[in-house]
Formats: sequence, structure tokens, C-alpha cells
Amino acid sequence: MDANASARLKKRGSAWALNIALFISMLIICLPGLWIVLNSLRPTVEIMAKPPVWIPRELSFDAYVDMFSGVGQGGIPVIEYFRNSVIIAVTSTIISLAIGMSGGYAFARYRFKGKSAWFLGLMLTRTVPGIALSLPLFFLYAKVGLIDTHAGMIIAYTALNVPFTIWLIDGFFRQVPRDLAEAAQIDGCTRWQAFWQVEFPLARPGIASAGIFAFLTSWNEFALASQLTRSTDSKTLPVGLLDYTAEFTIDWRGMCALAVVMIIPALLLTYAVQKHLVSGLTSGAIKG
Amino acid sequence: MATLTLSTLDKKYGGFHAVKGIDLEVADGEFVALVGPSGCGKSTTLRMIAGLEDISGGELRIGDRVVNDLPPRDRNISMVFQSYALYPHMTVAENMGFSLKIAGRDAATIETAVKEAARILDIEPLLERRPAQLSGGQRQRVAMGRAIVRDPDVFLFDEPLSNLDAKLRGQMRTEIKQLHARLGSTVVYVTHDQIEAMTLADRIVIMRGGVIEQVGTPDEVFNRPASRFVASFIGSPPMNMAEATVTRGALHFDDGTEFPVPPAFTVAEGRRVVLGLRPDDIYPEGHGIHSESGHAVERRELPVALSEPLGNETLLFTEVAGQNWTARMLNPRMVKRGEVLRFHLDLSRAHLFDAETGLTLRG
Ligand SMILES: Nc1ncnc2c1ncn2[C@@H]1O[C@H](COP(=O)(O)OP(=O)(O)OP(=O)(O)O)[C@@H](O)[C@H]1O
Ligand SMILES: [Mg+2]
Repeated sequence: MDANASARLKKRGSAWALNIALFISMLIICLPGLWIVLNSLRPTVEIMAKPPVWIPRELSFDAYVDMFSGVGQGGIPVIEYFRNSVIIAVTSTIISLAIGMSGGYAFARYRFKGKSAWFLGLMLTRTVPGIALSLPLFFLYAKVGLIDTHAGMIIAYTALNVPFTIWLIDGFFRQVPRDLAEAAQIDGCTRWQAFWQVEFPLARPGIASAGIFAFLTSWNEFALASQLTRSTDSKTLPVGLLDYTAEFTIDWRGMCALAVVMIIPALLLTYAVQKHLVSGLTSGAIKG
Repeated sequence: MATLTLSTLDKKYGGFHAVKGIDLEVADGEFVALVGPSGCGKSTTLRMIAGLEDISGGELRIGDRVVNDLPPRDRNISMVFQSYALYPHMTVAENMGFSLKIAGRDAATIETAVKEAARILDIEPLLERRPAQLSGGQRQRVAMGRAIVRDPDVFLFDEPLSNLDAKLRGQMRTEIKQLHARLGSTVVYVTHDQIEAMTLADRIVIMRGGVIEQVGTPDEVFNRPASRFVASFIGSPPMNMAEATVTRGALHFDDGTEFPVPPAFTVAEGRRVVLGLRPDDIYPEGHGIHSESGHAVERRELPVALSEPLGNETLLFTEVAGQNWTARMLNPRMVKRGEVLRFHLDLSRAHLFDAETGLTLRG
């Protein structure tokens, strides 16, 4: 066997090894998700069985049927929770993105007094764990009447998300050469048009990822929501999970079913947005 | 097409005075090159003309409109950036047609204009590509195409060729010249390459430290430099220089060498001056470019320190007046290191500058 053949074999061998390693790690990552889907389809006895039952004996959609069958018949107000979650997550994502884009653009493009101090300040707010804010926030909200309202949750989540969206979007605007917006202005754009025609499309991957992050944070957040929401007026899906806990029992199957209901929109959204997450959009703008 | 008028144009960045009240008149269809060392304010001037930089003082006119406070899009100019600044998310055709699209022209008009520009620049096969799929030279062409399509009053170029290799740069230089001849447009072209300026421009503006040192045709700035700085900046290899004191009607150099004062100049006794002599005007006997008839020619036996054969000519390095001077030998023959040759110094073509102010002493 000559050196070329053995090198080729080695290359193919390591490609295979890499694939297998990737498969195993993906399996580990996906297993909890699969487990949740599986558990939502089978009775609690089987869920709690030791050793675990890997292959379910029978599958049923009872948990889902129950969930939607209304309060009092083993159901929970899932429609209301879902509506609250969507309103709160979508609105706060949109606001976070709007602020993130303006802020990120300003940090990337303009020089102003105290710029780095501002930036550091924004980042520092992230070092405070969200849960530590819940009590002060609770008192504040109670005073101004924001407890158990959409607005209250939207404000809280927006505040939580903005530093991150600014930071992420700033990085992407930095990668867009200044010359491009200037060229666009010379080509007849206003400052505003130059932004939307040239800079925005090029920073889109950053804006899309910031959007996904902001949405998922709001969608999945539990600690703050459990403090600041009370009723079906504003309770979100994660808080709704608690409806399946009674004093002495936990309905694991129902909980898993609700978790699946939560996961699906997040998955769909991520899937829809991921095509914008391409890298290297700005290559080719300059030089040779 | 239009004229361009800069009157005491000023630019301050905070406390830093980048452009200090420059005056310049560019005629309709004229090609003006802005040259000067790095940081002298060329780009700043160009960007003020483009409207990308606020004007701190003075007046800027395109045609007979004062455009000081107009945004770039209302000035009807095109600019080719040093970085090309192509829109990476658009195809070549979209890049070139962008200005027309923004102006709200219909698709057919845009396509015709883009096709025409692509034909002129010979980039028709590239129209559907994206900038990332182009070579440096091709990107350069696309950037020029984008400028042409707009059909502007004034073309602005900011060192458009400096990212290309030497050969391509020479080729594009010729093409820009042909393009200008064909379009007859008013051009302001920034470069720090004096050869580019000399070959392309109708007039050259030499800037230093935010002020204009001299404005003139390539011939004027080469043959009648207004200052020592212009003299050393224009021409390659650069002009040879040496400081001297005028005593008893002759130039006394610091190492004791003595030359007569060049005939075109009259200088006061005791004055400190700088003698400038281009490499073309110092050459071994019989190897010069210019006719010597009627010229004041000094003859010196000098040892050659080093020779650089270039094929059609050879550059010889020799010590004159304590300085390392370059001489240009036409119809060259082999010259050995250390060989002593009889050099002619054509003082009728020499320049004298004031040692302090650097200004020419030509009357
Ligand atoms: N935004 C700015 N803020 C402060 N100073 C600036 C700014 N832009 C340019 N300058 C200064 O103004 C001077 C002129 O800059 P300019 O870019 O016009 O130089 P240039 O002649 O184009 O040089 P080069 O050949 O290197 O491109 C420089 O000293 C530069 O440091
Ligand atoms: Mg410059």
C-alpha cells in the first residue's frame, strides 16, 4: 500500500470517527427532548418505572386531549397561557430588537461621550441574576399596578434582553464597512435608506440571532414570571406547568405534554429564522 | 458635467486642522489629480466634495450651485472608493444599477444603462456574480461601472488603484485615461502615486499638511516646481538636492564643493539655498537625455558607488556635494562599481530653493 492510499484511508477513517462522535453528542443533547415527547404519550406508571422503559407499550394522546378539554375536566387554560406567552414574547422581542438595532448601530458607528462606560454599564446589568431582581421588581410592580399584566412582563423581559441584543448587533454592524453606507448615500440614498438597503441586510444574521435569543429567553423564562403573574390574564406557559402539580401528586404526563406544546413553536421559529444565520455576508465588499 | 469650485475650504476635526482654507477651480471636463504624502488631507478634501464630511468653513460649488450643506445624493457626484465598497449582498448588475433603482427608474432603463457600462468596462460576463466571486481587478472595474452608470456631474476617485498589483495598476491607469477621454467628465482623482497623477491628470494639485503647495499641469509641476517639497515629490527617482551658501556668485557646499549659480537665478550674497538637479540632468558624458547646446554644463570626474541597470537606462549613484545623488545614464553600457566617469551636470536645468522657506528662487 503506498503512502497516498494510506493517507486517503486515514482521512476517511477520521471523517468517520468525527461523524460517530457528532452522532453520539447529538444523541445526548436530544435525548431529554425525546424523553419529554415520549413521556407525554404514556401513563405515569410507565414514566416512573424503574428501570426505565425505553420502548413504550402503548401510546395515547390522552394528555393532549385532556389539556385542551377545559378547566375542571383535567384540563388547564392552555389557550390563554399560549396567548399570553405569544403576546409577551413577541412584543418584548420586537422591542428588544428595535432598541438593540438602534443601540448596536450607535455603538458601532458613532463616537459619543462615555461610550465605553455606557457599554460596560449595559454589560454589568447582565451580571445580576434575574431572580435577584424578582423581589424588588415585585414591590415596584405592586406599587404601580403592573403585577399580572402583559405590559409588566414585556417590560421585564425587554430590560433583560436589551443589553444582550445591543451587544450582539453591535458586533455585526461593526463588520459592515462604513464605506458601504457612504457609497449608498452617494448612489442617492438618504441616511435612512442607506441603512435599510445596505447595512441592515448585511447585519441580518446578527439581528436574527439576537431575535431568536430574545424570543427564547422570554418564551422559556420561569422565575420572574412565576412571581409577577397571577391569573390567566398574564400567566405564561412555563408558569402554567405548575398547574400540573397538586399538593401530593405531579402529573408528569400532562406536564410533558405542555412542555411539548411549548417546544414546538420555539422549534418552528428557530427553523424559520435559521436560514438568515449565514456567515460571511460581508465578504467581497472591499479590496481584492 | 460641471465645474467645481473650492473657495477657502476648511476642515477641522475638533482641534485638528486637517484642511486649511484651500482654493481650487476645476474646469468642466478637466481631470485634476490631488497628490501628497499620507495624512495631508487629500481624502478629507475629496470627502468634503462628496458631502461625506461636513465643511467647517469656506464654500463649495458644483456648477453654479453652492452645495456646502447638501447631502451627497443631491450633489450628483460619483465616487470610487479605495476599498471599492461594493455591496456584497447584490450581484454586479444590482451593484451597478443601484443608484438608478434608488432614483426610481424602471427596470428596462436600468438594464440598458448597466449593460452599456458593462460593455465599456468589459465586464459583461460578470454581471450575475457577487463581489465575493470577483478578483481585485474585476471589483475595481465594477466599482468604476457603478460610478459611470450614475452619469454624474463630477467623478471622485480616492486612490482607486492602490489595492492592485503593479501590472494591473498600469493597465487600469490606461483604461481610466481612455474612459475620461470618452466620457469627457470632470474628475477629481486622489492618489499618492505621482506617476499616476502625472500620466492621468490635466492638472496636478500637490498638497502638504492641509494646504496646497502648487497647482499646475504635469509639465509645470515637473519643470517649474514651486517649492522644494514639490520638487522632491514629483519625479522618480526623486530630484537630487544639496544645501549651499552663496558666496562671490557661486554655490559653496558644506563639503567644499563649488558650483556656479544656475543661470536662471539671481540670488543675494550669503543666502542659504538648496540646489536641486533631476537625475535626468546629471549623466556620464554622451549619455544624457536633453540637448546641451547653449547650456551651462559643469563637468566632474566622479566615482560610481553603485549602478542599477534597468535595461533601457542605468541609474548610477555617486556622491556630489556630500550627498548621495542619482544619475540617469541613457544608452547604458556596463559600469563597474568604483569606476570613475566624467559626469555632466546641466545647471541650466537645475533648481534653486530658499533653504529656510523651501520656496523656489526662480524670478
Ligand atoms: N475623523 C477624523 N478625526 C480626526 N482626524 C482625522 C479624521 N479623519 C482624518 N483625520 C486627520 O486628518 C488628516 C488628513 O486625513 P486624510 O484622510 O485626508 O489624509 P490623506 O491625505 O487622504 O492620507 P492618505 O494618503 O494616507 O489616505 C490626517 O492627519 C488624519 O489623521
Ligand atoms: Mg486618503
